[in-house]
Amino acid sequence: MDIVVFLKMVPDVVEELVIGEDGKSLDTQWLRMKLNDPDEHALEEAVILKEKYGGTVTVVAMEAPEVEEVLFTALAKGADRAVRLPGDWTGIQAPAIAKLFASFFSSANLQFSSETLILIGSQAIDDLEGEVAPYLAEILGAPYVGVVTGIRLDEEKKKTIVMKEFAGGLRGEFELPLPAVLGIQAAEKPPRYVPVAKVRSIMKSARIETVDVSPPEIVSGLSVERLFIPEATGKAEMLEGPPETITAKIVELLTERGLIRR
Amino acid sequence: MQGPILILAEHLRGEIADITYEMLGVGRKLADELKVPLHSVVLGKDIAPIASHLGVADSVFVLDHPQLDMPSSEVMAALLKTLIEQKHISLVLIGGTNVSTGIGPKLSYRLNLPFVNFCRNLWVKDASVGLTSQLFGGKILSDVRLPDNRGVVSVYPGSFPPDAGKSDRKPSIEMLDLPLWESIPLGEETKVIFKQYLEPEAGDIDITKQDILISIGRGIANADNIALVNELADALGGALCASRPVIDQGWLPLSRQVGKSGMTVKPKLYLSLGISGAPEHVEGMKDSGLIISVNTDPNAPIFGVSHYGICADLFDILPTLIEEIKAHKSE
Repeated sequence: MDIVVFLKMVPDVVEELVIGEDGKSLDTQWLRMKLNDPDEHALEEAVILKEKYGGTVTVVAMEAPEVEEVLFTALAKGADRAVRLPGDWTGIQAPAIAKLFASFFSSANLQFSSETLILIGSQAIDDLEGEVAPYLAEILGAPYVGVVTGIRLDEEKKKTIVMKEFAGGLRGEFELPLPAVLGIQAAEKPPRYVPVAKVRSIMKSARIETVDVSPPEIVSGLSVERLFIPEATGKAEMLEGPPETITAKIVELLTERGLIRR
Repeated sequence: MQGPILILAEHLRGEIADITYEMLGVGRKLADELKVPLHSVVLGKDIAPIASHLGVADSVFVLDHPQLDMPSSEVMAALLKTLIEQKHISLVLIGGTNVSTGIGPKLSYRLNLPFVNFCRNLWVKDASVGLTSQLFGGKILSDVRLPDNRGVVSVYPGSFPPDAGKSDRKPSIEMLDLPLWESIPLGEETKVIFKQYLEPEAGDIDITKQDILISIGRGIANADNIALVNELADALGGALCASRPVIDQGWLPLSRQVGKSGMTVKPKLYLSLGISGAPEHVEGMKDSGLIISVNTDPNAPIFGVSHYGICADLFDILPTLIEEIKAHKSE
């Protein structure tokens, strides 16, 4: 089984996001990039599957700030190959990303075959379309399930049985043949931690491959008129002061509403 | 020329999902302003009775077929494509839910139409459809114009009032016939087979039935800190719940998750600790009676839905708060 995980760097939303002068994009000068959260879970699930069923894990990411570190970390976690797709991919949208990822197979001595299982984070927060996996499934003509939180293989390793979340804790089980594209919401275990020392040592012994892919031409037709920061509606009344003042106020609020009983 | 608007009615286990009514409500408004018909479509197995509840639409198309029990996004996209072409639909609204995930992108790919996800608002201005999409977990909004008012839009749950989509009026119902069905290469499309529902894991407590919930997020930092929060929950007689990152770390069971994939809760008190307030979380708790939130980031979206906010490190507040509640109770 060839497990391929496509990783994507997105702006870290813990940082303040600044809108650029054009009013239609983010000011990249202030962005700190991190691995898309669900992609981190996709990587974890891939390594878990490799440990259970064997096979190889290849991680692929578009060029972006901090991406080398993310790829080396993936190798330290158990990926076998790490590939960077060089280019300036600023502003690239999900349909074009999917096309780019699909073209990876024809240019990277890695066949898209009945052995291929593709894992991608179920959603990304940084573009209007927000989902790469279903587009990629369309282009490759492969079956797809999204919001996946668990994967197993049948005995012959020809089919995957996946668990998908609905709502309210209800989940569903689906079966689909390989090759398949799965949108991962969460790995069955939290993403593993690797010590920095191990990443550093991998940096010395392993290398990141580069594969050249040509930028796809896709015009979405959407015209972005403006980006803006939402105004908070019904903004909270802020309680300020030293901890004792704040907690006294909280206790008062709760007592008024009968939420603390003596 | 602008064609009709189509709402994909979402349902799970025979129940219409609220998002359907949200979309019907806003769809009605758009359709009236654009002077085009509003249609809805129900696809599934044993779902015909649902159609009569969709009276806000001018007409409802129904395809009820034994093979459509939890159809895959491939099958849904194939069926919708045929319907959209036959009825000359311009604009399609689909629920931005886990149930419907993937249908929008697939449909947009097959019809070569633009797709917009995470839609929070829709309007008509100068006969042109505009919409607001949320980016970066709701920290940024983007106003977008659809070319020729054509496109596929995934509507974020909780964006529109569901009541506007409810009516006692009986819609005109059109049962879709088999030629439509047979035009779909089903053999190709049914690679994804639905096997079974997996019921929610029975937790030790049902968080939807609690009056007081103490909810923890990323700010809790590590599992060892949960003991302190438990102490607060005990003092208040409340239960512990959490946002997604805490559940994904395995620090609390799935039965304690609040938000899109988890539970929707409406306690009398929702005390959130170290939760930033991503839209997926807010969706599950925004209607709580009293919301008090502690977060270190003054711009955290959670303060937008809270009644009271405290911009502080939760570990500076917690010990004093526990002490004070205990003291107050023993007075």
